[in-house]
Amino acid sequence: MTSHNRGHMKSYQTIQKCCAALLSSLFLFAGSAFAQAVDQSTPDGLIKTVVSDVMASVKSDPEIQKGNIPRIVDLVDKKIVPYTDMRRTTEMAMGPIWKKATPEQQAQLVSEFKNLLIRTYSGALSQLRDQTIQYKPLRAAPDDKEVVVKTVVIGRGDPIPLDYRLEKTANGWKVYDMNIMGVWLVEAYRNQFANQISQNGVDGLVKFLQDRNKQLAAAKPAN
Amino acid sequence: MQWLVKLKRLALLGLVAGMVGCASIPAGVEPSPHDPWEPFNRSVFEFNEGLDAYVLKPVVAGYRFVLPEFIRDGIYNFFSNYSDIYTALQNLLQGKPGDAFSDLMRVVVNTTFGLGGLIDMATPGGLPKHKEDWGQTFGVWGIPSGPYVVLPFFGPSSVRDTFGTAADLESDYLFGYVKDIGLRNSITGLRVVNARNTYYEAGDLLDGAAIDKYSFMRDAYIQRREYQINEGREDEEVLMPPYQNPYE
Repeated sequence: MTSHNRGHMKSYQTIQKCCAALLSSLFLFAGSAFAQAVDQSTPDGLIKTVVSDVMASVKSDPEIQKGNIPRIVDLVDKKIVPYTDMRRTTEMAMGPIWKKATPEQQAQLVSEFKNLLIRTYSGALSQLRDQTIQYKPLRAAPDDKEVVVKTVVIGRGDPIPLDYRLEKTANGWKVYDMNIMGVWLVEAYRNQFANQISQNGVDGLVKFLQDRNKQLAAAKPAN
Repeated sequence: MQWLVKLKRLALLGLVAGMVGCASIPAGVEPSPHDPWEPFNRSVFEFNEGLDAYVLKPVVAGYRFVLPEFIRDGIYNFFSNYSDIYTALQNLLQGKPGDAFSDLMRVVVNTTFGLGGLIDMATPGGLPKHKEDWGQTFGVWGIPSGPYVVLPFFGPSSVRDTFGTAADLESDYLFGYVKDIGLRNSITGLRVVNARNTYYEAGDLLDGAAIDKYSFMRDAYIQRREYQINEGREDEEVLMPPYQNPYE
């Protein structure tokens, strides 16, 4: 091979690399454009888009199906958390004690509660396979600031009613409570939080949640 | 002879109640207005937890290990199809003839095309599954739930739902036609294992999610029963007033 040829080869490789970089950045761009395209203007539209996006991601990712927790947490952080208002969720679950907590405690509570919910439901997410989601007609007036979107998860076993409570914010609709098989998350946690606080104070609750999250992070996946 | 059987059941219940004794409420726990018998309930809860951890869960783990998923699904579908008959009856008693007819159609479709109930053909065919029991029917009739009760073996319940469960067991006599006692007992055992298997993963989830599992299960049970009883009503909107948020 002559040196001339080698030079050719090299420039060809450079062009190839350039093309690859360009292509992948295009894909990235398209990806972020799609992420922004989530329709947050109507509550049921938002739920439909997010749910189908998450289901498609789980189905196409064997690692998630195997129960790879960091991957699931990543998915939840990217595709679910942006459309939730965890601060409101935590606040509602805390009740009147919320106001007595310092801003630092509040921030800690929001983040630890969020982690607890992600950890406990990551197992359920990894179970998504051939389920279909049935959306019940939305019963809300156009100027409602709070609505409930009702769905049913149909798969093997009994159908699971899954409802979402959303609020209209300046940044579009946000989910702040969920009803699983007839149980609202916020309501289920009210006594849990209140009892822990009356035993050990707000700091006690923060510490409990931190410890539990560490414990769950250390546990090996169920499947 | 019938009363002898009943006496035996009663004695068993008494024995369990004696065994469990009374557990105390953890310090700082606010007593719930729905749960005046909390110390007793907590002790029965502990008994059930032990039973589950040392007997039921290991048996179900073995069941899952031995039987492939499609067989477990078949077993699940079989009992699910059987219980649809009761659901149809309950829906009729609750004044929901439309649902009752749909449930009956499910049984017909699944028993014939679904090979005796082993395959659920009705759900993909557009006949959704419902689940109704006597406790719910009593609730629809307007009977209040009364205090929360934890039953040995059966778990979370209420005074009303305890009568409901008793009525469920009484009206569940189709398998009584199976003459062979060994076979009948095997069917009952399989039903219990199948039922626990349905909650295999959910049980672990609960352990992680709850701060105090007893009160978490109690609060969830009370909410869930209300939801189940009210779901068929026209005025269900009333159930979901927008949250007040005075904590901002």
